[in-house]
Amino acid sequence: MTTVTWDREQPASRGPGPFLSVRDLSVRFATEDGVVHAVDRLSFDLEKGTTLGIVGESGSGKSVSNMAILGLHDPAYTTLDGEIWLEDTELLGAGPGTLERLRGDRVAMIFQDPLTSLSPYHTVGRQIAETYRKHRKAGKAEARARAIEMLDRVGIPQARTRVDDYPHQFSGGMRQRVMIAMALVCDPDLLIADEPTTALDVTVQAQILDLLADLQQQFGTSIILITHDLGVVARTAHQVLVMYAGRSIEQGTVQEVLREPRHPYTWGLLGSMPKLRSNVDLPLLPVRGTPPSLLAPPPGCPFHPRCDHPALVGSDVCFTERPELSPAEGHRDACYLTLAQKREIFDGQIKERL
Amino acid sequence: MTETLLELSGLTKHFPVLGGLVFKRQVARVHAVDGIDLTVGAGETLGLVGESGCGKSTTGRLVARLLEPTAGTIRYQGRDITHASRRQLRPVRTDIQMIFQDPYSSLNPRQTVGKIIGGPMELNGIEPSGGLQRRVQELLETVGLNPEHYNRFPHEFSGGQRQRIGVARALALSPKLIVADEPVSALDVSIQAQVVNLLQQLQRDLGIAFLFIAHDLAVVRHFSQRVAVMYLGKIVEIGDRQAIYERPRHPYTHALLSAVPEVELPTDGERRERIRLAGDVPSPIDPPSGCRFRTRCWKAQDKCATEVPPLARIEGNTEGHLTACHFPEEPTVHGRDVVIDPALA
Repeated sequence: MTTVTWDREQPASRGPGPFLSVRDLSVRFATEDGVVHAVDRLSFDLEKGTTLGIVGESGSGKSVSNMAILGLHDPAYTTLDGEIWLEDTELLGAGPGTLERLRGDRVAMIFQDPLTSLSPYHTVGRQIAETYRKHRKAGKAEARARAIEMLDRVGIPQARTRVDDYPHQFSGGMRQRVMIAMALVCDPDLLIADEPTTALDVTVQAQILDLLADLQQQFGTSIILITHDLGVVARTAHQVLVMYAGRSIEQGTVQEVLREPRHPYTWGLLGSMPKLRSNVDLPLLPVRGTPPSLLAPPPGCPFHPRCDHPALVGSDVCFTERPELSPAEGHRDACYLTLAQKREIFDGQIKERL
Repeated sequence: MTETLLELSGLTKHFPVLGGLVFKRQVARVHAVDGIDLTVGAGETLGLVGESGCGKSTTGRLVARLLEPTAGTIRYQGRDITHASRRQLRPVRTDIQMIFQDPYSSLNPRQTVGKIIGGPMELNGIEPSGGLQRRVQELLETVGLNPEHYNRFPHEFSGGQRQRIGVARALALSPKLIVADEPVSALDVSIQAQVVNLLQQLQRDLGIAFLFIAHDLAVVRHFSQRVAVMYLGKIVEIGDRQAIYERPRHPYTHALLSAVPEVELPTDGERRERIRLAGDVPSPIDPPSGCRFRTRCWKAQDKCATEVPPLARIEGNTEGHLTACHFPEEPTVHGRDVVIDPALA
């Protein structure tokens, strides 16, 4: 485990591995009410040119864990443990200088609400160009030309004139396109999109998701897509990670997790969502209760207070010991039920109701 | 056909846009709702879908008479209540209740749950047998809350529980129609399903009619027998669930349905439509002439700019399935691609 020290400028290096590798990341916030365990030993890998969808409800730690990648937490109130490797650079131990060179250049982020994430005082062209000028040491004219090129690429009509407009002169979907243009201006290797379409209408959401997929194909960008909507994941992601109470409870490819989900919480998420072709006479299958407080997460499996199956496990491990992800590779989940039990429950009780 | 509970005809609401330095005068109008006709039968759920700014919430507020209509009529059980006075509205208000979107701002933080739910009964001079507290506790139980929480304040509850309190308050006067304006969209997925199931249960047990306003097409499909699709203040298509979701005719309905990100991964040999519109919804201050969807429609022709398409049963539609389009689509949701977005083409 590494404790963050901000004066350590020399990044450690390591051998070849996945493009992005997060190992045992923990994020804790000190608040007036106590310590919030926002992320608890989260690990995942991301390969080049692929999309990882991180799904979870509010407060499950999906945004917090990704802000750690960019070093966006206030070190005064945050304790970070673990390792984050971007190729051969370790980010948690890296100093502010390293992160500053990284942000906007190799790693970029798109936020949920484009209106509050753009500065109302500057033209969009200037905001897009700023990143480019800083990282590419480009001149004003060159950066402006680049901004126009980017606006054009994300599908903003009349980019040459719109570049001098202010954010309030754009509609919601167009603003999100501006955000994407800004994030992609330096051709980043990694794009973190935090609920990029939640504030948008469904027809515009479809445009933006397609646009992201399109740009990924062109430039081979790796994307982390944070969302609460499994439908968005099904449409865009290659890999899925389901988070609950700051932990990863199931990971795998999109096909594995959505077709043969193993964790009871994933069943609950899937069963909670009405689908365009599901049987309308059957009630939905929600998860009972509410998500736990992260000030004092439940002992053992954090999902046990809402789970219907602890009795099947036999002993009381669900209540006392935290389940680890297993198996070590591929489609894995953190639950004490045996694989056979999970298959039986899913095929027998859940599948037909989805 | 069941008895018609609510009938809207030509319902219109324009909001003034004021301008000028010293003397504010009206410089423009927001055409929030522009002449809609629809009916809700007793015990039926009518879903109202559309994107933000299409006027679905305004319609709900007009029905509950929280807004004064600019034109058109609202009939409730055959009586015209469009411009009824407060006194005339009293009996109607007990019959039409509302559930709001935001469970945080729609409950008074200084009142206990008992007061919030009991308030409507006190105001209307209803004295339930067994006492007010007893009735409130019954209602709490109906919506799945602990009746002992009678004396708690809203901040002691989670979002989902608060929405249940909102539901209990709407039920307090035994209404015949509930206008539910995005009742689940502020909730997390797993909680959303709990509330949807609760509302559905109540509808079955109590036979309450719902005007269910939401932007989530899958939730609306799950909850509504009939569905109306709105675009820029107009209803572009209305019909029963099957007609709208399996045999849509209006291009906008097609676009909406194809844009829904589905959880189910496509199986082999099956392909849903993929339609990507360009741009966003135009401003309702100056809506396009003729058909309002024409600026984003791939089938638009000259006729669409000059003639407003009537909402009517067009050839090939089933009974009660009305479409407002000059050049309707084939009634299927499978097959082709229409991509007008320049960045995706």
